[in-house]
Amino acid sequence: MRLEVDIKKTLHSGDRRFELEAAFSSQDDLTVVFGASGSGKSLTIQAIAGLVAPEQGRIVVGGETLFDEQRGINLPARKRGVGYLFQDYALFPHCTVRENIAYPLKKAWPLTLSSDSRQEVAEIMASFEISHLAESYPAELSGGQKQRVALARAMIKKPSILLLDEPFSALDSMLRHRMRMELLEIRQRFDVPLVVITHDPADVEVFADTLVIFANGRVEEVSSRKKSATPEDQGWREKVCWRAQWKKEHLAAHRFVPATGI
Amino acid sequence: MPDLTPLWLTLRIAACATLLAFVFGVGFAWLTARFSFWGRDVLDAVLTLPLVMPPTVLGYYLIVVWGRNGWLGGWLNAHFGISLMFTWQGAVLAATTVAFPLLFKSARAAFEGVSSEYEQAARILGDTELRVFFRITLPLAARGLLAGTMLAFARAMGDFGATLMVAGNIEGKTQTAALAVFDAVQAGDYSLANTLVVIMSVVCVTILVMTNKLANRGRAGR
Repeated sequence: MRLEVDIKKTLHSGDRRFELEAAFSSQDDLTVVFGASGSGKSLTIQAIAGLVAPEQGRIVVGGETLFDEQRGINLPARKRGVGYLFQDYALFPHCTVRENIAYPLKKAWPLTLSSDSRQEVAEIMASFEISHLAESYPAELSGGQKQRVALARAMIKKPSILLLDEPFSALDSMLRHRMRMELLEIRQRFDVPLVVITHDPADVEVFADTLVIFANGRVEEVSSRKKSATPEDQGWREKVCWRAQWKKEHLAAHRFVPATGI
Repeated sequence: MPDLTPLWLTLRIAACATLLAFVFGVGFAWLTARFSFWGRDVLDAVLTLPLVMPPTVLGYYLIVVWGRNGWLGGWLNAHFGISLMFTWQGAVLAATTVAFPLLFKSARAAFEGVSSEYEQAARILGDTELRVFFRITLPLAARGLLAGTMLAFARAMGDFGATLMVAGNIEGKTQTAALAVFDAVQAGDYSLANTLVVIMSVVCVTILVMTNKLANRGRAGR
């Protein structure tokens, strides 16, 4: 899996200005984009998903160009074939769990799902162990259940890449650990590359084969296990985790640019 | 049994007016809630104006625009030989105008209450903009829209001033219940006035109670 991002985007809010200049690439199936809030990391995956359009540059996922300003390519979000897990899941409150998961399969006509699609929904609910919640509404679910439903909904159309925006920040610490393990398992089962956005060094330790560190709208550093001197080194992740932790504190201490909220 | 023609006429006019106000109100509400463009605040103010202007002033404006020699009315008259003045369609026009701001305001608030994250999620899941509107935005705003529609219907039923200016007070043709009550009292026919007033009051109270119920349930969530 190859992910290539090289984009520029300027945001204005009142008299504040935020400039994003993000350039990085990853060959790995597990990529962590790490940075403090307001560093531009969320804006970057929103650009990958097609929710915001950059002013310049290009985005390539697995050989398919999703955005290229020079060639005039800008696929709409619905055609990008990416999965996206929102920070607070964005489950549709007026739809049941079953309807949420079936949402991407539903066509304008016929009004009911085909039996193949119904089967597919039932299977994915079984594999995420949420079959018993099928008729519940999102407001009735716990945090972990919501996350499973959101993951099932994101995975049902077999996306080419799964983007996760701070996936564990809404969970308590016990559950956080368990959902990290579940996410790794989902990655294996569906064979889907993950891009995890986070400000939590613990996520770096679990998910980073490639670590991209963002600060003030720019990519500070890209480290990749494959390119490191000792790729088989079991301690690699701990090292980048320390590195991320150090960077975070270092950047916080030396931040002379005023914080820009995104 | 008093003559209830004005009542049926009122219901028919209010129904047509609510339908028209719904189409335009929802359209403009969506536009102003979802996009920020130059002059949006002015547009919002102009569209809300009928709520605060005296109905007779409003009626005067309607005559200026839709009258036989008006900007739009003149064109209609020249090309189709139609005039809305002193017809029940003219009463619909007046009722639509007074009811419009109530629908527009409620609908705009309802649309602004729908988190754009749901719409983004739907886009990523493969929806076109049209499908996003009908599958996400509209259902999530439905309670607010329904409450606004009922308020608009109540207002359309009760209009006096604008209707009088545009459609006149022609018995059996443009005389709505509100106008009929005025005529009945002038003529000293209190039994007719009482009947109409009681029916109008019951309908309006029912509508307000239902609107409040919808609004409360909306706040509590599911």
